[in-house]
Amino acid sequence: MKIIVCVKQVPDTSEKVAVKEDGTMNRAAMKTITNPDDMNAVEAALAIKDYTPDCSVIVVSMGPPPAAEMLRELLAMGADEGVLISAREFGGSDTFATSQILAAAIRRIGFENTDMIFCGRQAIDGDTAQVGPQIAEKLGIPQISYVFRMQKTGNVLEVRRALEDGYMTIQVGTPCLLTCIKELNTPRYMTVKGIYESEGKPLQIFDYETLKDDSMIESDTIGIKGSPTNVYKSFSPPAKGTCVMLEGSGKEAVGKLFELLSQKHII
Amino acid sequence: MILSEKHEMMKKLFRQFAETEFTTELLDKLEETGEFNRNIHDKMAKYGFMGTKIPVKYGGQGGDTLAYVLMVEEFARISPVLSIYANTSNSLAAGPLLFCGTEEQKLKYVAPVAKGEKILVFGLTEPGAGSDAGGTLTTAVQDGEYFVLNGRKTFISGAPFADHAIIYAKTDPTQKGSRGISMFLVDMKLPGVSCGKDEAKMGMLGYPTSDIILENVRVHKDDLLGPLHKGFSAAMKTLDGGRLGMAAQAVGIAQGCLEESIKYAKERKQFGRPIANFQAISFMLADMATEIEASRELVYNTAVLADTGSSDYTSRCAMSKYFASEMCNRIAYKAVQIHGGYGYIKEYKVERFYRDARITSIYEGTTQVQQMVISSNLLK
Repeated sequence: MKIIVCVKQVPDTSEKVAVKEDGTMNRAAMKTITNPDDMNAVEAALAIKDYTPDCSVIVVSMGPPPAAEMLRELLAMGADEGVLISAREFGGSDTFATSQILAAAIRRIGFENTDMIFCGRQAIDGDTAQVGPQIAEKLGIPQISYVFRMQKTGNVLEVRRALEDGYMTIQVGTPCLLTCIKELNTPRYMTVKGIYESEGKPLQIFDYETLKDDSMIESDTIGIKGSPTNVYKSFSPPAKGTCVMLEGSGKEAVGKLFELLSQKHII
Repeated sequence: MILSEKHEMMKKLFRQFAETEFTTELLDKLEETGEFNRNIHDKMAKYGFMGTKIPVKYGGQGGDTLAYVLMVEEFARISPVLSIYANTSNSLAAGPLLFCGTEEQKLKYVAPVAKGEKILVFGLTEPGAGSDAGGTLTTAVQDGEYFVLNGRKTFISGAPFADHAIIYAKTDPTQKGSRGISMFLVDMKLPGVSCGKDEAKMGMLGYPTSDIILENVRVHKDDLLGPLHKGFSAAMKTLDGGRLGMAAQAVGIAQGCLEESIKYAKERKQFGRPIANFQAISFMLADMATEIEASRELVYNTAVLADTGSSDYTSRCAMSKYFASEMCNRIAYKAVQIHGGYGYIKEYKVERFYRDARITSIYEGTTQVQQMVISSNLLK
């Protein structure tokens, strides 16, 4: 049994956002991290691996060559294999083209009936939450998004899917794709032993040549040409006005609030 | 030093762990109660930090000396006392066992220490024997299958909650000085073993230190560690590694001081501008950063040297400890100076760093003992 986890290297948005003159993000100038929701997906996979013999966890990412460092860290956490999908032809892909390429890569790795795919809910740079569900559609497998609890018994998963005002409990068989949210778990750290072991674990590069024979990879389904959506402009939103925190008990705070609102003639 | 990709990953791991887990709430609790915190110990153990430098065969992580040094430095940068939590098991506890223990002793004692299941402490110092171990008064007299131990060990870090202690005792009173001393693995629950009261320390609060009192303690001869009458040379070898860890701790504390000082100097305004804009302050910061970097290079290089088996190792460990701990005290002084009155207030991190820094030039061999080690190597 294997669990394929799709991960993305994203700019660390807790640091300053660098934007190029043309309005696109200057990724090279920004510190990178593994997308936080994807870390929850990795943890979910490793937690299953902890108690499942013969379970292998394969982490897959599409991105420029430096993303290999991120995959190495995930191997040091306990993943078994890494696959980096990297080629100029894939550059500029939107969610449609990206999911097309990731689905082709998953087919190339080999995807069987007992297998699962875990993704993060969404990446903190694009915030679309589309790639996971699109991969599932393209592979023709069931999908459950916003998973915050999961229990696997045999080949059946019972999961809770977060909704705005509650949750749904769903049972699903394998194969399937789940997208995970931060409430699902707390990702583990690497270990020193894991770091040493990661050096011996396979980290493959899938380039255009590797995937070009897949029926999903056509010149008009990948890269900028295969992307129905384009980024018009990126910018740091203007800072909102200053915020005043009212401290003290509820009653005191409401009193102060009333005073402030009166001063401004709002009430 | 340019770190390899794997050491960069380790540094990132240690930093992430310390920044996430060593919360202000936890650090304040350690400071207020002075008590050992089992939760954070167990969490460190879960990730294998108690055995970073212990071979995988004995339950450790199999890290090299540089991995260990990076860990102690990164932990000390956030919390000097918590860096001790993960340090002792790797150095003073496992060190003598790995160096001269039998295979049975290694499996019995090192593995649980590496996993953090048991705590093993190091008992060399006595009220009358610190820098001069030759003054050791604790005795061990053979009685059939057992040795009977009597004496008092002092300033034993971790003694109040330890499961076992490595105790140095005179086994051959006819030999003078540091000769005729042997090492014993003493179960702290044996009849006749007790601890003194926790010392009220200046710093490093949250890791209690006390005396260990031995009154007719019968230790089985299987728990004699290393060759009879020759325990002291083993102790010295262990102290080399421990000293390097303490040098790394000093670098970490100094780094923490520098970062706090930079932050404060940018925020604090006097005469209408941030104090960082005054050369008196900015040059102090420049000096601090330069001294820290020089110490770090010395410590990292010594760590790499440690794994080559070089004969220069003992001297270089002493130099690292000497230089880094004195540096750390200078940096802590400047950090408080930059903070002015606020640096004297407990609410500011440098106040704690300043007190914690003071011990680095004292424990595991004072600065003066390091100077003795260095000079005797030069003049032999």
